[in-house]
Amino acid sequence: MANFYTDNDKLRFHLRHELMEDIIRLKEKDYADYGKFDYAPQNFEDAIDSYDKVLEIVGEITGEVLAPNAEDVDKEGPQVIDNAIVYAEGTKRNHEALTNAGLYGMSLPRQYGGLNFSYVPYVMAAEIVSRGDCGFSNIWGLQDCAETIYEFGSDEIKNEYLPRINKGATCSMDLTEPDAGSDLQAVELKATFDEKNDCWRLNGVKRFITNGDADIKLVLARSEEGTSDARGLSYFVYDRTNKAVTVRRIENKLGIKGSPTAELVFNNAPAKLVGDRKLGLIKYVMTLMNGARLGVGAQSVGLAEAAYREAVKYAHEREQFGKAIKDFPQVYEMLANMRAKIDAIRTLLYETARAVDMTKTLDALSKDKYRQFSQEERQTLKKYQRLADMLTPLVKLFSSEYANQVCYDTIQVYGGSGFMKDYPVERMYRDARILTIYEGTSQLQVVAAIRGIVSGTYLARIKEYELMAVKPEYQSLKAFLIDLRERFEAMVEKANALGTTSEGYDFNARRLVEAAGYLIMCNLLLIDANKDDMFANSAEIMAKYAQAEIEKSSTYINNFDTAILDKYKTAFAQ
Amino acid sequence: MSFKIVVLAKQVPDTRNVGKDAMKEDGTVNRAALPAIFNPEDLNALEMALEIKDKITDASISVITMGPARAAEIIRDSIYRGADNGIVVSDRKVAGSDTLATSYTISQAVRKLGKVDLVLCGRQAIDGDTAQVGPQVAEKLEIPQITYAEEVIGVSAQSIRIKRRLERGIEVVESAFPCLITVHGSAAACRFSNAKRVMKYKHAISASEAAEKGVDVSKLWDEKPYLKIEEWNADFIEADDSRLGLGGSPTKVKKIENVVLAQKESINLSPSDEDMDGLMKELIAAHIIG
Repeated sequence: MANFYTDNDKLRFHLRHELMEDIIRLKEKDYADYGKFDYAPQNFEDAIDSYDKVLEIVGEITGEVLAPNAEDVDKEGPQVIDNAIVYAEGTKRNHEALTNAGLYGMSLPRQYGGLNFSYVPYVMAAEIVSRGDCGFSNIWGLQDCAETIYEFGSDEIKNEYLPRINKGATCSMDLTEPDAGSDLQAVELKATFDEKNDCWRLNGVKRFITNGDADIKLVLARSEEGTSDARGLSYFVYDRTNKAVTVRRIENKLGIKGSPTAELVFNNAPAKLVGDRKLGLIKYVMTLMNGARLGVGAQSVGLAEAAYREAVKYAHEREQFGKAIKDFPQVYEMLANMRAKIDAIRTLLYETARAVDMTKTLDALSKDKYRQFSQEERQTLKKYQRLADMLTPLVKLFSSEYANQVCYDTIQVYGGSGFMKDYPVERMYRDARILTIYEGTSQLQVVAAIRGIVSGTYLARIKEYELMAVKPEYQSLKAFLIDLRERFEAMVEKANALGTTSEGYDFNARRLVEAAGYLIMCNLLLIDANKDDMFANSAEIMAKYAQAEIEKSSTYINNFDTAILDKYKTAFAQ
Repeated sequence: MSFKIVVLAKQVPDTRNVGKDAMKEDGTVNRAALPAIFNPEDLNALEMALEIKDKITDASISVITMGPARAAEIIRDSIYRGADNGIVVSDRKVAGSDTLATSYTISQAVRKLGKVDLVLCGRQAIDGDTAQVGPQVAEKLEIPQITYAEEVIGVSAQSIRIKRRLERGIEVVESAFPCLITVHGSAAACRFSNAKRVMKYKHAISASEAAEKGVDVSKLWDEKPYLKIEEWNADFIEADDSRLGLGGSPTKVKKIENVVLAQKESINLSPSDEDMDGLMKELIAAHIIG
C-alpha cells in the first residue's frame, strides 16, 4: 500500500514549521467558518490535523493510482478526436480518483466548494502528485487558475465558475502564441466587444497550451485596438461548453506526454472579462505566473524525489565487482548529492510557499470590508510579499535544474539499464527536461533574480538567517557559511565594478544569482538540521558543494575581462 | 421508501506482509505485531454498495462490524469513503466466535436494524479465509444469497443482476430484494476517502473509545449526532448467550502447526513431462500436496 505522503518524513517536516500557526489562523480568519461548515476547523490543531489527513489521501491516491498509471499514460498519451482532446485512459482514472476524493479547489473558500486550505499544503499536494506522475501534475495543478478567478474576477464570474472546480472542471491558462513565447507583450489574439450579445469575442490562435481543451480557460488577449504592448492586453475567461474553440493539433513531445499541449483556434469565442481591462499581463498574468513558477518548483521536487528513490533502490540491489554499487565512492557521492540537492530545493520551496501563503492570506484580509487591517499587518504583508517575489525565481531556477541533474544522475546510477524503456527512469529524465523551460526559462529566472543581487535584498536575507541561533554541534557549519557569504560579497563587489547595467554584468548574472541561491539554501538547511538531525548530512554536503561552486564562479568573475565578450559573440558565427 | 444497504466488514491483521514475529510461540496469530486493516474484500463490498447507492435514490449504507472497541476505526474509514453510518458490535461474550457464532451475532445485529434491502460483504476475510460467514448470515436471515459477485450488471429498487466470478468462468444471476451478496476481490477497488468527509467525520467516536481516552463526548454527540459511532452489545441485539462466543462455537482447534520452510535453495526444472512428474512425486512425498 504505497503512500507518497506518509513515507516521506522530510516532506512532512515542513508542515510542522512554526509559521503555520499564523498562516492558518489568518487563512481561517480566526476560525470563523467553524459552525458554519461542518468540515471547517475549530482551531490550529484541528486544522493541521485536517491538512495531515487530507495529504494522506493525496499520498494514497498518488501511490496507488497515479504512479502505477504513469507508464501507460506516457505510452498512450492524449489524442485529438473531432477537434477535441481525449485523455489517455490512465489520465482519466487519475482525474476521477482525485475528483471523487474532493482534491480539486484545495485552496478555494468553502463557499465555492473548496477546502480553504492555505498555500503550503496545496504545494505539498502538488509535490506529491508530481512524484507519482510529473505530467499529470500539470492537469491537477492548473486548478491554480481558480485562484486567479477568485482574486480578480467579479462576483458573477466567481459564482459561475468556482463551484465547478471542486466537482472536477479542468482549467488551462492560454498565454503563448506562435510569436509570443517568453515575450508575452507580443500577444495578438483579438478580443472585441460584442454589443449585441453583451460579451467579448475572442479570435485568433494560441500555441503550446497545456491542457488546452480544458473546461475553463483563462485567455490573454488584445482588447485595445491599435496597441502593441502589454498595456493593450486583458484577461478573459472562456467556458468550453460554448464549443467555439477548436483543437488544431497536439504536440508530440519529448516528455510529460500525458499532459496535452495544444494549438487552439478561437472562432469568435464568447468570453467574459476578468478584472479590469488593460491589466491582463501587467497584473493578473504576473500573479498567475508566480504561482505557476512555484508550481513548477513543486513539480520538480516531486519528480526529483521519485527519481532519487529509484536510484537508491537500484544502487543497493545492483552488484558489480562483488559488491553493491552504492559502496563505490563515485556512486555514493552521486546519491548523497542527489539527496542533498532535493533537501535543498524542498526547503527553499516551502520557505517560498510560506511567504506566498502569508502574502495571499494577508492580502485577502486587507480586502475584507468588515475587518480592520492594522498597520502592523500591512507591514507584515509587505515583508512577505518582498520575500515571495525574491525567492520565487530562485525556486524555479534551482528546483528545475536540480530535477534535471537528479534524473540525469539516476540514469547514470542505473547504467545501461537506465537507458532502456524497461525502467521508469528514462521517462522521468524526459519529463524533467521541460521544467527548466516552461513558465519562464532558467535564463528568465536569472533576469528576474539579478535585481535581488543589485539591490542587496538577497544578501540582507542571508544575514537574517545568520542571526538565528544554532546548537553547539552546528556552530562550525554556521561559521563556514558566514565565511562563504563573505566570499560571495567580494564576488558581487567585483562584478559591481563592471557596472550593474553593463553587458559584462548580465553575462555573469547567473553566476551571481546561483551563488546567492546556494547561500540561501545552505542556511535554510542549517536551520532545518538544527531542528531535526535528519537534515544534518545534507546540510554539510550542500555546504561543501556550495563552497566549490562559489569558488568556481568567484574565480571566473575575478579573472573576467569584458574584452572577452567579443570572442564569445563571434565564436559561433555562421 | 428508503433503500437500506448494510455492509458487513471486519478488521483483520494484515497477513499480506508478514514478518518474523507474525506468529506466536503457540502457533496463533500475533495480532499485536500486525497492523489492523480493513479486510480487503470487504472494501470491494463497500464499493459495490456505494455504486448501488449512486444508482438508487434515497439509499443509505450502514456498516456493521463485530470486534473489539478499536474496530470503530473501520467504521470511520467506511464513512470517509461514503458510508452513512456504522455500528460496532462489541461484547466480551462474543470473543472466540467461530463462523457459526459470528454469523448468528451479525444476523441478530442486522435484524435489529429493521427493514434491510441488501446485505453486502466480502467473500472472505484474510485472517480466516473461510468464506462461510456471509452465506451463514443469509441463511439465518432467511434471504437469498449471491456469492462471488464481481460486478453489478443492473440494479433497480426491486432487484439486482450480478456477474459472479467462478473458478471456471462467469455466471450472471438475478435476485429480488432482500438478498445478501458476497463480493469477490476481482470486483472494483473501493474509492478513496473524500477530503471533506474526512474533515467532517474525523471526530466520530464510539463510547468505548471515548471512555478509553477519558473524554466526555455527550455534548459533542448532542450537537453533532453524526459523530456518534453506535456500539451494540449482546443484550441490545437480543442474542441468546448460549449461541455466542466460544460457547456458541462448535469448531474446536485440534492442533496448530507453525510451518517453516527449511529448504532455502531453488532448483531448476526444465518444462518437460519428466521433470514435472518428478516434482509432483516429490511434493506428494513431502505431503505438501495430496
